Amino acid sequence: MSSAIVLNTVDPYATPKKVLTYAVMLILAYIFIFPLLFMFSSALKPQAQIFEDLYSIAAVLPTGDISLDNYVSVFESSRIGLYFFNSFFITTTTVVLSLLVNSMLAYSLVRLEWKGRGFILTFIIALMIIPLDGIAIPLLMLVSHLPWIGWDSGLVLETTWLNTYHVQILPLIANPFFIFLFVSFFKDIPKEFDEAAAIDGATPFQIYWRIILPMSKPVIATVAILQFLGGWNQYLFPVLFTQSEGVRPVMLGIQQFFGNNTEWGEVMAYASLITLPVLLVFLIFQRQFVQSMAGAGIKG
Amino acid sequence: MNISTKYGIGMGSPAFIGLGLFLLIPFIMAIFMSFTNSRLLSPNATEFVGIDNYAQLLSVNYIVLNAERNDEGLIKLDKDGDIKYPRVRRHLKSNYPELRSYYELTSFSWGENDKVVILARDPIFWKSLYNTIAFALMVIPLQCGLALGLALLINRKLKGTNFFRTLYFAPVVTSMVVVAIVWTFLYHKDFGLINQYINTLTFGLVDNINWLGDERWSMKAIVIMSAWQGAGVQMLIFLAGLQGIPVDRYEAASIDGANEWQKFRYITLPGLKHTITFVMISTTIAAFGLFVQVDVMTGGGPLDSTSTVMLHAINKGFNEQDTAYGSTITVMYFIIILSIALLQKMYFSKKEA
Amino acid sequence: MQKLTCSVSALTLGIISATAMAAPQEVTIWRHQTGEAEMKASQDMVNRFNASQDQWTIVQESIPEGTYTQTVTAAAKAGQLPCILDLDQPLVPNFAWNEFLRPLDGFMDDELLAQINTSGKGTYNGKVYSVGQFDVALSLFTTKSLLKEIGARTPTVDKPWTKDEFMAVLEKIKATGKFPYAFDIEAGNTGEWVPYAWSPMMISWGADLIDRTNYVESDGTLNSDQAIEFAEWMRSLVTDGYIDRRPSDSDGFPAGRVGLQYTGSWAVGRFDEKFGDDLAILPVPDFGNGPSIGGGSWHWAATTACKTPDAAAAFLNHLASAQEIANISVATSLIPTSDKAAALTPHYQNGGKWRGFYEFSGQYAQLRPETPAYAVISSSFDKAMHDVLDGKDPVEALDIAVDNIEASIERNNGYGFPMK
Repeated sequence: MSSAIVLNTVDPYATPKKVLTYAVMLILAYIFIFPLLFMFSSALKPQAQIFEDLYSIAAVLPTGDISLDNYVSVFESSRIGLYFFNSFFITTTTVVLSLLVNSMLAYSLVRLEWKGRGFILTFIIALMIIPLDGIAIPLLMLVSHLPWIGWDSGLVLETTWLNTYHVQILPLIANPFFIFLFVSFFKDIPKEFDEAAAIDGATPFQIYWRIILPMSKPVIATVAILQFLGGWNQYLFPVLFTQSEGVRPVMLGIQQFFGNNTEWGEVMAYASLITLPVLLVFLIFQRQFVQSMAGAGIKG
Repeated sequence: MNISTKYGIGMGSPAFIGLGLFLLIPFIMAIFMSFTNSRLLSPNATEFVGIDNYAQLLSVNYIVLNAERNDEGLIKLDKDGDIKYPRVRRHLKSNYPELRSYYELTSFSWGENDKVVILARDPIFWKSLYNTIAFALMVIPLQCGLALGLALLINRKLKGTNFFRTLYFAPVVTSMVVVAIVWTFLYHKDFGLINQYINTLTFGLVDNINWLGDERWSMKAIVIMSAWQGAGVQMLIFLAGLQGIPVDRYEAASIDGANEWQKFRYITLPGLKHTITFVMISTTIAAFGLFVQVDVMTGGGPLDSTSTVMLHAINKGFNEQDTAYGSTITVMYFIIILSIALLQKMYFSKKEA
Repeated sequence: MQKLTCSVSALTLGIISATAMAAPQEVTIWRHQTGEAEMKASQDMVNRFNASQDQWTIVQESIPEGTYTQTVTAAAKAGQLPCILDLDQPLVPNFAWNEFLRPLDGFMDDELLAQINTSGKGTYNGKVYSVGQFDVALSLFTTKSLLKEIGARTPTVDKPWTKDEFMAVLEKIKATGKFPYAFDIEAGNTGEWVPYAWSPMMISWGADLIDRTNYVESDGTLNSDQAIEFAEWMRSLVTDGYIDRRPSDSDGFPAGRVGLQYTGSWAVGRFDEKFGDDLAILPVPDFGNGPSIGGGSWHWAATTACKTPDAAAAFLNHLASAQEIANISVATSLIPTSDKAAALTPHYQNGGKWRGFYEFSGQYAQLRPETPAYAVISSSFDKAMHDVLDGKDPVEALDIAVDNIEASIERNNGYGFPMK
């Protein structure tokens, strides 16, 4: 796919335009990166230096008394490696399951004729409005008494979901908004594709798996990124549903630094550590991401 | 059962179970709790209280307050020269015992010396509802516009756009708590860098803005920060939308001598119709759930000017442990947003018909 | 046949007790997760307990401080509390009211319990439910050189500044022109800071959050004339330009933006680093009804869910001993909660560097109201004070707080206290 807006090589204003574009992009970049620079710089400074620099440009520069001490104490005082593993496990599992579960229902609603599906779709759109934070307490009461088959040198019946990975995964999977996204995308895929396959004897699931999904890269990419961010940043549910360090996600770990004596340098070092890997992943995969969204010829 | 129904229900069932178990049942429990006096923690038995919580949340009333007069019957003025009125709560307590649990929501002058006071049993709820809607109305155009602008810039395919794209996306992946704290520093009235920049750019002509401390600015400050934080995601989605617009349309337009604005107006915008709808819906949902930023940056203040419905629900439900009332706010929130959505839908379908 | 069963069960019992002897039983405790020094001190205390006997092994699970209260409240709601946990003192009455905690009189060693001072004990309805090893104390911080420059008297524990003296000090600091703001009460903080730090000032004015003789009436206490005067004074600090209404950080004093800071002893390390010998740690002023500061920090409690109460009792006895309290204090600089323990520490014994804090804490400390209604009291007072600072009519603001508190007490049948 070539560029959308063609830069005419004979345009006499091409160079000034380019310079102007770069200037605008740089100013915007400064505005967007500013708090991050603050975070990364402060992570290198002791508390006193942070507050001395706080209200001048030095706040965003690694100047003065800098060292890696804050990072050292973050590693010493928290099991950030474990939290990272937990967050990655929780988030990737959530993303994969969420893509499957939501798209299957969407497919069923759009392509399969069954009684009541129109009503179900309306109902699901209404569910979109329920605020998750608002139902956290009833959800807590529910998950604290749900059974689960666990493994403790043999199958065991567990009587609560608290303090587990699955309590941080399963409630996030079925999501009315994502279903809605899949539904509106599937609606625009011409029916001729599945009809042809159906004549060849494919089951509805095979049509979904072999024809619809491969054509749906843009919506898959969108849902994947939204769900990844949602899972990575989830906060209230782990606060309420987990106490054990073994299953603690990274976002929660930052709360150990807030109290009477907030060590801002450590907060910023911790925040830098949890931001950087995600940014790197994004930097590496963004091209594929944007292409996959555009590649299937998403209808604007 | 035919094959369609079998597969339809089969393939939908994981999602049905998820939605039912983790969304529908807790929500029904919340509805149920809103008719009780249920507490987060309490050794007392939970009792049904009928619609008491809803009455508390929604009751409104009004009174006319007469100006205070001195012994000679002259109107009292306060030190700023404004007419002095009796204090609402003490006035109600002694003169209108039936309105004892009502508080001032807002007031306006009436006649020459009187004023009408609108009362509510929970004025913070009404203020929060107003603030939430105002936030949504401000943040949606700002954030979507910003995202579209960024996408258009990035889409120019200059060298280094990958890098810039990552920078613009960076706020999205940064912990909201940290971002909110950093912005509190930036917004500081006397020392904050934002005021320093405004000062420099306007050569000191503009007075320092009390971003988080002035009722007129506090919500705008939250709007700016939120749009900045969230625009990255929408930028990506717009970018994908932009790349889906066939290049030949632009080429044809160039041959016809169309300028940049005409290309944007007649090719880009129509080409992005679906994307815009999608971005608007997702921003709206996020906007109505506004909570973390105000919790960290203002706690709802000054004088309730940044309190939002979700903040109020969480304050009541968690901080004050009144789960029943928190649930009532949640249910009411649901009903209000649903009504807005339905009205919108009716309006649009009428327009199309 | 019967005989046989008997002997079999005796045998099984024998085996069970034998395993109990061999492998000590694990007992879980929760602690709020803070800085390294505190965590290590706490773990060392646990390790000494584990080494001192072979019946139980205490396993300490730490939960981040920032969200600790929400997490343990959720766990309590779900019936998942561990055997022992630490709690912020104001939460103790609520947990006790809900029968999550065991009363400690008779459960712990009475003599040990008696040695702990007021700040180190969490009570509800006359019974002790928690013990604390340390406390923090509110103080005024400034520099000796500034005091000298403005010619102010150095206040002492026995003779603190009066209100007039204090206001004169603020005026003089302002007049030096060296500081954007003379004073800092961390007015930008919301949440627990407000009742912890500001309600003692209000107590010194002669008002309080709730009537502590019955714990069901707030009308006439939180909106008394003294409370209103206090609120008006707070507002005047803003309008007269003495304080920054919204400081975005709490380091105004070391950074040179304020001359006098009102904060907790936890900040002393940072201030010490910056000012060294010039640092002046002063007692809070007497606004008319004697000086007052907040008391009560993190406390340990045993839960009713605990299946090994003997272990809980033994562990509480261990941590409440003078030596352990002193150990924590030495490792973390926190104020010890008993005379015996203070005598064992270099900083808090008579003549120690920070003895002042121990004395403020001993003489002026006033616990936050020990009632399960505390959550609503705290949140209502926080809101009222912030509204007042932003210009709301103090009478109206305090009246609304009173109504909110009393409505909650009524809805909860007095929270265990007899209603009027």
